[in-house]
Amino acid sequence: MTNHWIDIKNADVILIMGSNAAENHPISFKWVTEARKNGAILIHVDPRFTRTSAKADFYTRLRSGTDIAFLGGMINYILQKKKYFKEYVVEYTNASFIVNKKYGFKDGLFAGYDPKKRKYDKSYWAFELDRNGVPKRDKSLRHPRCVFQLLKKHYSRYTLDKVSKITGTPKEDLKKVYELYASTGRKDRSATLMYAMGWTQHTVGVQNIRAMCIIQLLLGNIGVAGGGINALRGESNVQGSTDHCLLFHIWPGYLKTPRASLKTLAEYNKKFTPKSPDPMSANWWQNYPKYSVSLLKAFFGDKATKANDFGYSWLPKLDDGQNAAWLILFDEMYKGNIKGFFAWGQNPACSGANADKNRKAMAKLDWMVNVNIFENETGSFWKGPDMDPKKIKTEVFFLPCAVSAEKEGSITNSGRWMQWRYKAANPPCGIKGDGEIMVELMNKIRKLYKKEKGVFPEPILNLNWPKEYNPHEIAKLINGYFMKDVTVKGKRFRKGEQVPSFAYLQDDGSTCSGNWLYCGSYTEKGNMAARRDKTQTEMQARIGLFPNWSWCWPVNRRILYNRASVDKHGRPWNPAKAVIRWTGSKWEGDVPDGGWPPLATGKGKYPFIMRKWGHGQIFGPGRADGPFPEHYEPLECPVKRNLMSSQRINPTVKLFETDADKWRSCDPRYPFVATTYRVTEHWQTGLLTRWQPWLVEAEPQLFVEMSEELAQLRGIKNGDKVVVESPRGKVTAVAIVTKRFKPFKILGQTVHQVGLPWCYGWVAPKDGGDSANLLTPSVGDPNTLIPETKAFMVNVRKR
Amino acid sequence: MGGKSFFIDTSRCTACRGCQIACKEWHGLPATPTKQWGSHQNPKDLNFYTYKLVRFSEHEKRGKLVWYFFPDQCRHCIEPPCKDVADGYVKGAIVKDSETGAIIYNLELMKKVPFDEVREACPYNIPRQDEKTGMVAKCDMCIDRVKAGLLPMCVKTCPTGAMNFGERDEMLALAQKRLAEVKRKFPNAQLCDPEDVRVIYLVLDNPKLYHKFAIASVTPGITRKAALRKLLNPVGFLQTLG
Repeated sequence: MTNHWIDIKNADVILIMGSNAAENHPISFKWVTEARKNGAILIHVDPRFTRTSAKADFYTRLRSGTDIAFLGGMINYILQKKKYFKEYVVEYTNASFIVNKKYGFKDGLFAGYDPKKRKYDKSYWAFELDRNGVPKRDKSLRHPRCVFQLLKKHYSRYTLDKVSKITGTPKEDLKKVYELYASTGRKDRSATLMYAMGWTQHTVGVQNIRAMCIIQLLLGNIGVAGGGINALRGESNVQGSTDHCLLFHIWPGYLKTPRASLKTLAEYNKKFTPKSPDPMSANWWQNYPKYSVSLLKAFFGDKATKANDFGYSWLPKLDDGQNAAWLILFDEMYKGNIKGFFAWGQNPACSGANADKNRKAMAKLDWMVNVNIFENETGSFWKGPDMDPKKIKTEVFFLPCAVSAEKEGSITNSGRWMQWRYKAANPPCGIKGDGEIMVELMNKIRKLYKKEKGVFPEPILNLNWPKEYNPHEIAKLINGYFMKDVTVKGKRFRKGEQVPSFAYLQDDGSTCSGNWLYCGSYTEKGNMAARRDKTQTEMQARIGLFPNWSWCWPVNRRILYNRASVDKHGRPWNPAKAVIRWTGSKWEGDVPDGGWPPLATGKGKYPFIMRKWGHGQIFGPGRADGPFPEHYEPLECPVKRNLMSSQRINPTVKLFETDADKWRSCDPRYPFVATTYRVTEHWQTGLLTRWQPWLVEAEPQLFVEMSEELAQLRGIKNGDKVVVESPRGKVTAVAIVTKRFKPFKILGQTVHQVGLPWCYGWVAPKDGGDSANLLTPSVGDPNTLIPETKAFMVNVRKR
Repeated sequence: MGGKSFFIDTSRCTACRGCQIACKEWHGLPATPTKQWGSHQNPKDLNFYTYKLVRFSEHEKRGKLVWYFFPDQCRHCIEPPCKDVADGYVKGAIVKDSETGAIIYNLELMKKVPFDEVREACPYNIPRQDEKTGMVAKCDMCIDRVKAGLLPMCVKTCPTGAMNFGERDEMLALAQKRLAEVKRKFPNAQLCDPEDVRVIYLVLDNPKLYHKFAIASVTPGITRKAALRKLLNPVGFLQTLG
């Protein structure tokens, strides 16, 4: 989230799209309800009428996988009707930047496409630079190659008529949503966007969100109270685990994972440290080496020295061009290229797309360690449906572990608040927490290395590793401390003292920090995440900002990009809901994005400080699939051609090629669009909740929701058992025949859609049914490889 | 008239069913076996082990879909007809707590009161019997919590402010205030029998669209059977009225 949960109440318009917030994020509705009480309009756009739609002031439907068409139409509407916030667009976004002459877009392809590699050469999308190396700008927005004009041209194709034919949304509904949402392109109004997996789990997932970013930038809704792009995370600590490098391509704090060709620390730092010759751009990532060296110091402590590149060479590197995302890992596992697997706090036998491929892949392993709370479909895959235990060689170890309430530590919520939690109870039977298991395991490995002298022992033996797990010590290391007595910015610090903020981190080895973003969370003042103080100023109270309650990254800033909430003089666009304000000598309100005075003083910086050029990116030249979002159909879809271009699917999508990667588009055997979702009553794959009798009582069995029209077509009655099948697998489910699904009119054809939850599995409860992910395809977004589980094709028949 | 009341603002209810589950948790009630039966409403109905049930109903009105949620529970009537019935049989099987106004069933004594009469007497179709033991149960206003100064569990757990609890006059005032607010957008909005019950629902539409028994199905007060009993056994009846 750029903003945070409470801030939702400040919005004048709330759009929930790609999310069923009322069911999957029930607490979010506390603030949605508060906003509505204050007069806000709630809009919900979703293929299915859900409990969220039931609370919306306006609900409309779209076919799964057509969000970019829907949003592209909104961009077109905002530009045509001149609803954008012009001063904001000109000053704070890259709308005025001039793009180089090589850029182009034709029939669904941007310039620079290589059809063999299915990849773009992004140099075709570069900005045109002036003599100083700064992008040329035309603040009149008239230059034919300025971003604004390219945007206008690109989205002029997204007419109401075309959008309606693709999405199946009635034209008058499209207009109504556009009108309501675009009404916030004014100083005194803001709109927020709440999205979740309904946007990310597509082959165009990243561009779904990019499209909305463009809208929010055009309307001046980023950085302001009641604005922002707000990702509702799928678990309470998804934000925290991502910050701390759960994913393969990043190190803690969104530093980059090094590649094999970057042999030295100097090469690594050079590659990832952007240089901006524009003095007005803060270009915050210029500090990259301070964060990377401090991280290495946290990893290796005193063993990391300047002479040994702070241990850079001891860390594993990805091969150049290598992708190690989830889908790739399971593809490699399926091909027999992975020997061992730690399934830690996850249930890929049910949670992963194309679950049957994952289940079969696990049979190719030599060993698996399953760390979890209950027996589950992953650890027990070998005795699952269609498995012959006699033929499976995989040795499975099950390590029971403590649940969240049995552990002390922090959770970082969607709003980036790091909240410390105390231990409520001890785990039973001497069961250990994850941290304890990791520390003990590594200490055992270190002992073996010492004794048996393994190959390349340095990373193992030089690791700064505790004897015992202590969450406070880990939290202090994540914050970082001074490794020697040192003076930084005129301030003296003693060796061992906690670093007060990342502004004090150094690239010479004098500081360590396990995650620069969390520097400031555990200082000499104590554990900031444990704070529960509701003190606030009157200005903060007006927007529900509690700076002394827990701690928020970065530097306790509650609303990101908040320098964009004020004009060049530091005056809030909307004084009634001011986030920050320049008093003439200092900023008040939230922690500003950098302490520099306002732009008009000549000593200021552009507000988007994490971007190289300091501007909000309407034109995004860094993505794999193009600088502007473009509609492509899902890998499996009900239409033979994409109405927008002759590229049916995202041209940069990676297609897997094993015998388990079957997909069929526009195939009469699989005529219905399907999507998956969660329910309030079960948690993710249901691993925790399926053992909870009260929750099973409330949602006992796998169901498939369908329209009355489709039910009639297939002779299905409400409550009937039906079979849902895709090219990859099938499940038995109970039909819920409902008015909440309706057939779509797509390109003049009637298209039916169904939906089913993925929270069940064969282990428990009995007759609960199996995972809907047995149906979903293993294909992902080209930027993230998040699988497309929200739009695929199935058949439904009576059992 | 003092005592406590609930105000249930269905316009704020998202049917998360936190109240339904929390009720079971506090009372230590077991789950009843259920099947998916073509609805998210589960268990299908209130039962001996389920005092609180969120009811789901979808309707199409002039092409516009609505999905109404109704967290159903005992209304703790001001003049409870079920008590009139029980009083005709066993003194103390149903009591009204003088401080809060909560209507409390004595599980053991209720075995001696004919269940069909109790159920028929209830204008909201609430009491449920355990066929094996003959005991009858329903929402007890979390009387143990309330006496200890705590909120009823369903209120405590509600994330959206749909469930409210407090002094009766405060709840009535809150209900009237919210009704006035929502009336502007929903002219059919109304409070369900606010003068007769301690659990006051705000609905945005015809109450029958939420639940058949959202408003009283028979005139609250004394039922035909109870009246008959009064005629036949005036002494016993008077005794119970004490």
